[in-house]
Order: sequence, then structure tokens, then C-alpha cells
Amino acid sequence: MALLQIDNLTVEFETATGWFKAVDGVSLSVQKGEVLAIVGESGSGKSVAMLAVMGLLPWTAKITADRMLFEGRDIQKISPAERRKLIGKDIAMIFQEPIASLNPCFTVGFQIEEVLRVHLGLDRQARRARAIELFKQVGLPNPEERLGSFPHQMSGGQCQRVMIAIAIACNPKLLIADEPTTALDVTIQKQILDLIMSLQAKNGMGLIMITHDMGVVAETADRVVVQYKGRKMEEADVLSLFENPKSNYTKALLAALPENATGDRLTTVSAFFDGTPEPAQETGLGVNA
Amino acid sequence: MTDNTMLEVRDIKRDYELSSGLFKPKKIINAVKGVSFKLERGKTLAIVGESGCGKSTLARMITFIDEPTAGDLLIDGKKVDTRPGRLTHEMRQKVQIVFQNPYGSLNPRQKIGDVLGEPLAINTDMSAEEQRHRANEMLKKVGLGPEHYNRYPHMFSGGQRQRIAIARALMLNPKLLVLDEPVSALDLSVQAQVLNLLADLQDEFNLTYVFISHDLSVVRYIADEVMVMYFGEAVEYGTRDEVFSDPKHEYTRTLFAATPRADVETIRQRIAKKKAMAAA
Amino acid sequence: MADTIIDKPPAAVSTAAMRRQMLKEFWFYFSENRGAVIGLFVFLALVVIAVLAPIIAPHSPFEQYRDAVLVPPIWTEGGRAGYLLGTDPVGRDILSRLIYGAQYSLFIGVFVTTLSLVGGILVGLIAGYFRGWVDTVIMRLMDIILAFPSLLLALVLVAILGPSLTNGMIAIALTLQPHFVRLTRAAVMAEKTRDYVTAARLAGAGPLRLMFRTILPNCTAPLIVQATLSFSNAILDAAALGFLGMGAQPPAPEWGTMLAEAREFILRAWWVVTFPGLAILITVLAINLMGDGLRDALDPKLKRS
Repeated sequence: MALLQIDNLTVEFETATGWFKAVDGVSLSVQKGEVLAIVGESGSGKSVAMLAVMGLLPWTAKITADRMLFEGRDIQKISPAERRKLIGKDIAMIFQEPIASLNPCFTVGFQIEEVLRVHLGLDRQARRARAIELFKQVGLPNPEERLGSFPHQMSGGQCQRVMIAIAIACNPKLLIADEPTTALDVTIQKQILDLIMSLQAKNGMGLIMITHDMGVVAETADRVVVQYKGRKMEEADVLSLFENPKSNYTKALLAALPENATGDRLTTVSAFFDGTPEPAQETGLGVNA
Repeated sequence: MTDNTMLEVRDIKRDYELSSGLFKPKKIINAVKGVSFKLERGKTLAIVGESGCGKSTLARMITFIDEPTAGDLLIDGKKVDTRPGRLTHEMRQKVQIVFQNPYGSLNPRQKIGDVLGEPLAINTDMSAEEQRHRANEMLKKVGLGPEHYNRYPHMFSGGQRQRIAIARALMLNPKLLVLDEPVSALDLSVQAQVLNLLADLQDEFNLTYVFISHDLSVVRYIADEVMVMYFGEAVEYGTRDEVFSDPKHEYTRTLFAATPRADVETIRQRIAKKKAMAAA
Repeated sequence: MADTIIDKPPAAVSTAAMRRQMLKEFWFYFSENRGAVIGLFVFLALVVIAVLAPIIAPHSPFEQYRDAVLVPPIWTEGGRAGYLLGTDPVGRDILSRLIYGAQYSLFIGVFVTTLSLVGGILVGLIAGYFRGWVDTVIMRLMDIILAFPSLLLALVLVAILGPSLTNGMIAIALTLQPHFVRLTRAAVMAEKTRDYVTAARLAGAGPLRLMFRTILPNCTAPLIVQATLSFSNAILDAAALGFLGMGAQPPAPEWGTMLAEAREFILRAWWVVTFPGLAILITVLAINLMGDGLRDALDPKLKRS
């Protein structure tokens, strides 16, 4: 049984110029202990799809799916109260802007203990002990002192570590990371990615890594889903995707990487792909001559 | 003898004062601590570094947005007097900048035709008709068209806005273009187009580029010379091939090691390592 | 020479077509707030009434009918056809006076709002752009003005300058100005650090051009909302001044002045007091509802797409 199973998810928003489909018929699944990377550019709907799963979209969004199952349980039709029990405990999410994702008015200690109180019902002593333990796990120096810091007193990398600590506080089965390192410097990015991957390996969590950076995909993913303008273009294991991409869009993306530049000019995506989203078939046959 | 040096920076420094209370002495932050380099006409210097290293401050000094605390700036062989009010029109025209954020660098309430015409309106006495003509020409050069003259910035995508920003920078025929992370906020597909455009424009107008970036793969592709900055100092400086094949400073090596690589070999190695660990 | 672009750039559009499109988008957000739409229509109706006053008013607002003093409204007993809402203590038709009063109220609103808007923007621009001691002096001045209850300040000014509608309007405009100054200053300070202002400065723009042509157009949204609310405030304050005898002087058919004249008749002839009061209420309510809707439509943070 897959950890997370999504079939034919569609998310639409009502705008001044009609309905806008942010996600159009996307299906994917994540197994226990697996790392799935969802790669796409801005407007591909990768974040919106995961926010729909978590139930974090505004009320103006229309979400429809054939199936949305977490550990075999239907999470589309559950009541808000039941959803609150699931989110943050069994499914956790970390976001792109670490400093903006933490409440600026409260200390980070308060924020992580809040999660422990709501989901695990621990008493004060136990909460503090667990908070310190979690801060140690994510590599924050001086955890006891850190509990009393405010987000604006810490750097981006440290805030991201706090976010990760909050996310893994209840030992989630699935962790969704939405561009966790995009806002960070390169050297910090490597540390945070290494941290996430080591936690994933240690706790056996399923991990969904949303990113637009093919380098991050190469260094973290087991399987990859490529999205463009709300649709799934290709799904493959990471080695096959890089060695032998089937969809024209994936080929275009890989060719446009500066690393793969041959000669004076970069190959642009339009050389392969004229913008009409025709997803590759599941059978892996070629697409768009 | 014509000297081919477009830009020369000699021991340039920039300090910021931070007031730390009423009676305590002011704290001084050395954003740039004495950087020197020479850049030839028609070449591209890439400045690499992470946030807080001083690369943006350096860019602002070269484009006369901020005044250096010490040091000399020579553009096209002439020393520039950067004190406020002393900057000549001519100097201003020689250097222009393209910003990182395509969503903040264009006035949301200005039609892009006016955005392009504004530098001409302020600095030259071309007629409105001539300005319009030049703006349309420049739009064509960057891959847009005269039909976009009347549109507002929010109607364009990030990549298109960046093209408009590049067009605006070129309106006054500068010789030196400072590009502060121009493709960092753009998608990969668009990044390639904009980089190609920059390469074409450099060939056509013999422009000199100072290209600031934190993305090493982009730097490797477009730079002739590379300078790595760390805490306000240039810790590494040389030609692109020199720096990439044999980085001398510890920080440069750390930077290279930290950059994620998107190639098949990396994947194979990682999978093999994972299998070995699972078997153990 | 450039590559074809994946996202095809928007097709050419004329200025007129673009304005239509922007108006359509604005209306989409504005019309979501039903109260705002109702307020808009009531306000438009008011404008029409004011413009067509000479045509639709049954009588002149100044004509005193000696034989029809304190006539009650037409639907009560004793009411007379011809005087739909009754007459006031000196025999003037209340309906006609209300209709002409709309002219006064709208004029007061426009005059006061324009005065405080223009003054507030100028002062706020200078304070926000130049900062330093100029900013400090200006803001302390505004703080002093804000510290006074607005009506009291207006009364003092009118007492000095002499009771008349013009002086009343100038006084009210002065008390409303600090709000605009604050808003403009805050918006200018926020926009000043943006890249496009730096780009304009690099192109050689001087302070005047930067202030008025680059920064100011980007600060209009909160100003429009504040202007709408000031409009209704102005009408209320002018009515209050009129009620106290310090604004429009009798026999002007200004709604507040009408209330002043009718003070002693509250119990005896309720219609003389109620209808002007209702007129003020409905007008101010409509404008405030409209202002709410405008804020929702113009605030980019509330935009949904």
C-alpha cells in the first residue's frame, strides 16, 4: 500500500478572467521510505498540489480528485477536526522562506513546544526535554539557549533547522519539503539538504521534495515527477530520467542546464518544446515528433 | 597607445556605520574591504559569493549608487569623482545596471514604452517621436516588439520583464553593464534565453559585463574572469579556467563542493553508496 | 535574432482596450461586496439629484409659504399635496430643501477632500522623500493637529476667521490633512527603496521627477480609500458645524443648518428634524460602504489571483 496516493487531482481558482487550473489531472504516489522529487518551473502547480493534499489552500480553491489516500485512508472527505489530527503529526511540511514561516511574535521554543503540546499532549517538562533533543538532532548549537530566541534573531539556515525540527517533532510518516533551500546560500543549502536526507534515512520517512533545481533532484531523489503548467509531463526513477528522458519537456530542461551547454549558446527549451503540454505516456513511448 | 581596460578598481572600500545606542561608539561594518581588479573591454567578469559577501555593495559602488569610503574607480581610463553632485552626465551614461528582481525593477504604473523612453527624455533632447522610435528598436533587439509599447509590466512574465530591464539599461548606449544576479529569479527555460540574449548583445555592442551570481554553473558558462568574494574580500581572482580547474582558496573549494551537480555520474555514485549502506 | 519564447508575449493592445480590461478586473473585485455596490448606486443617485436639482425640486428652497407653516408630511393627517415631506417653521418645502442640500453636501465633500488631499500629498511627499529634520518637523506638526478633537479645532478656526461655509470647509480640510500626510509619507518611504526608483535615479531623474512621476503614482490605492472616507467625514463635520451655527448660515439649505433651525421642534414637528438627519445618515453610510469596497478592490494583498 502506498504511503500517499493521489489520482487525477485538479485544483482550480476563480479569477477576474475566469477559472484558472493550477493543477490539471495530476496523479502520483509515494511509498514508505521513498524520496520523490516533484520538479517544475514556476506556474507548474507543484506547490499547489501538495498544499491541496495538506488542506492549506484558501477557500476560493476548488479541489477535485478521483482518489486522495494517505496510508489507504481517504483524506479528501475527512472533517476539519480529523484533518487537524493528521496534519503536523503524520504528514508534515516545510516551506521555502524559513524566517517568514515562523511566527515573529513568539520564541522558537514556544513554537516547537506548541506542536508537542497539541499533537502529543506532553507536559511541560517533557516538552522542554523533547524540544532540546530535537534541536540537537537538527544540529542547532546551544539548544537550551536557542529555545528563548526569536526568529528574527537567527539566520535563515538556523530558522530552517528550527522548521525541520518542528516538522519531525511527532515523527511524521511523510515529510513534504517545498523548495526548502531555494532561499538559502549554497553552502547552507548543502548542510540543510544533508540534514533532511539523513533524517529521512534514519526515520524511514517518505519524503516529497519540491524543487526547480535539477541539481537538488540529482542529489536527493529516488523517483522524479516532472510538471509543467499543472500537468504531469513525466515520471521516472532518477537515473532513467537523467540518462534517458522520454518527455520533450524533460529533454528540454536537461538541455537548458548551463552544465550541458555545448558551444557558444545555450540550448533553449523552445528548441525541443513548443509549449503545448502533451504528457509522456505511462508506457514510456516517445512524444511529439 | 589605446589601453583596453574598461574598468579598473583600486583598493575600494565601503564601510557602514551602525548606531548602537546613545552613548556607545558607533559600530562599523566593513562591507567591502579593499578590492582591486582590472577588466578589459568586451569581457565578462563574474563576481561570485554568498549573501553578505559584499558583491552587491561593490556593484552599487561601480554604478555610482553608493559612494566608496576609500579607493579609486576608473572607468574607460578616467578616474571618477563619485562625490555626490560631482558625477557628470557622461560618466552616468557609461555604466548601467540590471537588477535581480524582475518584479521590482520596473515601475508598475509606467507603460514599458515610457520606461524605455525615460532615460532619453531626461538625458537627451530627442523629440517624443524619436524616443518612441528608439524604444521600439530596442524592444525588437531584446526579442519583444512594438506592439508591447503600451503594456504595463504586470502583463509580462519574469523573463520578459528582465528583457525590458536589459533594454532599458541599453537605451543610453553604455559601455559597461553591471548585472546583479539577473537570472537568479528566472526559471531554467527562461534563463537560457536571457543568457543567450546577453551574449548576443555583448557581441553586437562590444559591451563589458560585470556579472554577479551565486550560481556556479551559470558563471562557468558565461565568465571570462572570475572573482570570488567572502566577507568583503576577494579571496580568489583569475580567469575562468584557472579558478574552476584549480581553486586556490579554501572557501572557493567549499563553494564548489557545495554546489549540487545535475549529472548522471553523481546519481550513480549516490545510488551505489545507498545500496552499500543498506546492505551493511 | 532572439529565440522564440515559450510563453507567447501578450498580443498588442490599444490603450482603450487595456483600460477596459483593467476596469473589468476592478469591477470583478468591487462587485463582490454587495454593500459597496449599493453604496455606489446610492451615491450616483445623489449626484444625479444634485445635478438635476433645479429640475426635480418641486419648489424653490428659499420660498416661504406663509400659509403652509409646519405642515406635516403627506402621508400623515394634516399633510398637503405639494409638500411631500412637509414644511419647516417658516413655510419652506422640506423636500426641495433636501434636494438642494445635496448640492451643498457634495460640494462640501469635493472641496474639502480635494483641499486636504492635495495639501496632504504635497506635505507627505516632502516628508517621506527627504526624511531628516524636515520629516521630523512635519510629523510633529501633524501630531499636534491630530491631538485636537477635529470639531473643536474647526470651531476655533471658524471663530477666528468668522462663521461661513467657506471658512468651515477650510477648517475641516485642515483637520483631515494629517491622515493624508501620514498615508503618503508611509507609502513614499516604502516605495523609495524599491529597485525601480533606483533605476530611475540612475537614469538621471531629479528629486521632483522621482517624487511626482515615479513614486506618487504607486501610492494612490490607500489614498483613494482615505479620500472616500474623508468625503463622508467632511459632510458629517460640515453638518455638525452647521448645527452649531458655525458653518453654512441660514437660509442656506445645508442639511446640518436645517437641523440647527429645527432644534426646538424635535417633539412638536418631528419631520423637520428627522428628514435632514436621515439624508445625512444615508449619504455618509453609502460613501463609507463604497470606501470599504474600494479598499477591498484596490488592496493588492487581498487580491485572490
